[in-house]
Amino acid sequence: MTQVSNPNDKQETSPQFTGAEILIKCLHEEKVEFVFGYPGGAVLNIYDAIYQQDKFKHILVRHEQAALHAADAYSRSTGKVGVALVTSGPGATNAVTGIATAYMDSIPIVVISGQVPTYAIGEDAFQECDTVGITRPCVKHNFLIKDINDIASVMKKAFHVASTGRPGPVLVDIPKDITATLNSFEYPKTVEMRSYNPITKGHSGQIKKALKLLAEAKRPMVYTGGGVVLGNAAAELTQFIQSLGLPTTSTLMGLGGYPATDKQSLGWLGMHGTYEANMAVQECDVLIAVGARFDDRVIGNPEHFLSRPRTIIHIDIDPSSISKRVRIDVPIVGDVKSVLADLNDLIKSEKPVQNTAALAEWMLQIEVWRAKKFSEFTLDEKLIKPQQVIKSLYEVTKGDAFITSDVGQHQMWAAQYYPFDKPRRWINSGGLGTMGVGLPYAMGVQLAHPDAQVACVTGEASIQMCIQELSTCKQYELPIKVITLNNRYMGMVRQWQEFFYENRYSESYMDALPDFIKLAESYGHIGMRITDPADVEGALREAFSPKLKDRLVFMDFITDQSENVFPMIPNGKGLSEMITGKES
Amino acid sequence: MRHIISILMENEPGALSRVAGLFSARGYNIESLTVATTEDATLSRMTIVTSASDAVIEQIIKQLNKLIDVVKVLDLNDGKHIERELMLIKVRASAAHRDEMKRMCDIFRGRIIDVADGSFTIELTGSGHKLDAFIESLDTSAILETVRTGASGIGRGDRILKL
Ligand SMILES: Cc1ncc(C[n+]2csc(CCOP(=O)(O)OP(=O)(O)O)c2C)c(N)n1
Repeated sequence: MTQVSNPNDKQETSPQFTGAEILIKCLHEEKVEFVFGYPGGAVLNIYDAIYQQDKFKHILVRHEQAALHAADAYSRSTGKVGVALVTSGPGATNAVTGIATAYMDSIPIVVISGQVPTYAIGEDAFQECDTVGITRPCVKHNFLIKDINDIASVMKKAFHVASTGRPGPVLVDIPKDITATLNSFEYPKTVEMRSYNPITKGHSGQIKKALKLLAEAKRPMVYTGGGVVLGNAAAELTQFIQSLGLPTTSTLMGLGGYPATDKQSLGWLGMHGTYEANMAVQECDVLIAVGARFDDRVIGNPEHFLSRPRTIIHIDIDPSSISKRVRIDVPIVGDVKSVLADLNDLIKSEKPVQNTAALAEWMLQIEVWRAKKFSEFTLDEKLIKPQQVIKSLYEVTKGDAFITSDVGQHQMWAAQYYPFDKPRRWINSGGLGTMGVGLPYAMGVQLAHPDAQVACVTGEASIQMCIQELSTCKQYELPIKVITLNNRYMGMVRQWQEFFYENRYSESYMDALPDFIKLAESYGHIGMRITDPADVEGALREAFSPKLKDRLVFMDFITDQSENVFPMIPNGKGLSEMITGKES
Repeated sequence: MRHIISILMENEPGALSRVAGLFSARGYNIESLTVATTEDATLSRMTIVTSASDAVIEQIIKQLNKLIDVVKVLDLNDGKHIERELMLIKVRASAAHRDEMKRMCDIFRGRIIDVADGSFTIELTGSGHKLDAFIESLDTSAILETVRTGASGIGRGDRILKL
């Protein structure tokens, strides 16, 4: 049959692309810089299309979990949407830990997963799994594309949903046959979703009420969370705090939202937060929470928290975060950046009269708490104290590095002894607490910021959960500095066993450790072992020296095994019920 | 307290599992759940009956609204509403008991919709309480099979859940 082309028929004249090419074009439209991924049968068409383009760079990881973590950290450190690509079945299931990690911390990523061909779905085909079903509880939304005509609109929606409102991961599952079918391509300019319209502007009446309460407060306190970082609201927050002269604390996720070295900052609060921050949040009379969620690691036991009368104002973009664990008196649903800007405008125009005498007295009380210096540690002559390593790291990098962390004691020390003055510098898994994120997080950050100093603070247990990524680091020449605080224990587990299980160290000793120096070297990197406290700073200076600027350095710090993280709020206890480690 | 929650959502495959998954993941209970498309084929309407404290109901509504496929949510208990459930019940109706069974059915305003040698199938509509009462009024040995739809609800008067 002869095809007669009709010049008036758009379908016939517009160029035709495969589904895979269309997908790639969508990523180009979204100005994607990196795709972190791993190939496999169901995504071969997509990989073929990637081979024929050069607008974004594909980063080949060594395990799909790392692809997700790297995309996640790319997003955390830049504010842009991270993108990961995995194959069907095991590719998708390997990605789940990374997706859940991003979900718990509200990180915008788009995950593309291959699926078996549409005609084979449901037949237990090779490498088939119900990816949409498996990921449903840990994504903001997911899609299964069943029609080639939907690729462009679904991708547009995926990026829109991931990055707006309370951000989060969105997964797009694409059957293989659809990536081979031909179609024309047009990327939608706008998204219209009748079921999804996040609120951004806060209610002006509520904002007025909040300001009045704060001005009249005797003991006001600001408590900020990851929402400030995700919402790019650090400047607005800083202006707000400084114009009212309020004391402030942040969650582990919000670090850098307000300069930690400023005197108004009490450091971070929660299970291992500072004494002064925890006491101030417990004792304040008006608390304003900004982009935070009153999580169990932050306020401890909610009953104990509520045993002190205080008025609570809560700004959050997600209505379901408000009054979830703690009843809120003045809820303000909206984008934190917009609400804080409105508050700042109101402060300028209304010039509220503050209860300055009471505020001054309150600040004095805070200084009394701060003066207890519960966050200080003592150096040892023979054993390296983990805190010493972080302090030196801070000095050597002049406090301006990107710090990624794994999960455990080292994570707490990193956050305690490396004060962050800028947002998006502290990259860790706060919500899910996923061991293994540290190294892939550093990869995502280093790729996004090729000239920046990037350090991964980790433990000898955590680092082994994604250690294969040392190979990826070599392939892409990522000069990450891995700072391992090697205490030969799953230290955080050991600490709990010491405190709450009468020193029964069940399965928390890390036996049969590899020689990390040789391991790093076999991957083509530089390894250092540091055992003497006197060598800590020198070794760090060398690792960060211009000479090693382009090299990954794996630093194995042999640290004091018995060191514990203080202060600590035992599980189920309240904010003011800390163990400080200085009890006599 | 028992609440009837009405949900308008995109008629997409998987939308039902998102709602059901939300309830199981967060430990909310479901007494009944019914769902069907509306006069607009792109929308489904779901009715969920659940019992929880006011604080939990507030969270349920917020969490439902957060689902991307959910267009609108209404707690029918916020105002006056009507609730109906349909039951099909197959009962023993031997020659000696047929008249009595017919009488019971009339009292409850049921309809016999199938007649067989030893049994009737009765259709009964009403509140859940009414259906319960009918079951209780029968001798258990007379009940061969029951199937209930779960409650559907709608607001009274001008209370309308629509796009
Ligand atoms: C994937 C995963 N498995 C288990 C845990 C529980 N966990 C939390 S901290 C920790 C120990 C971490 O040990 P290490 O990395 O050596 O750090 P340290 O606490 O010694 O600094 C464990 C096992 C976790 N957070 N993540």
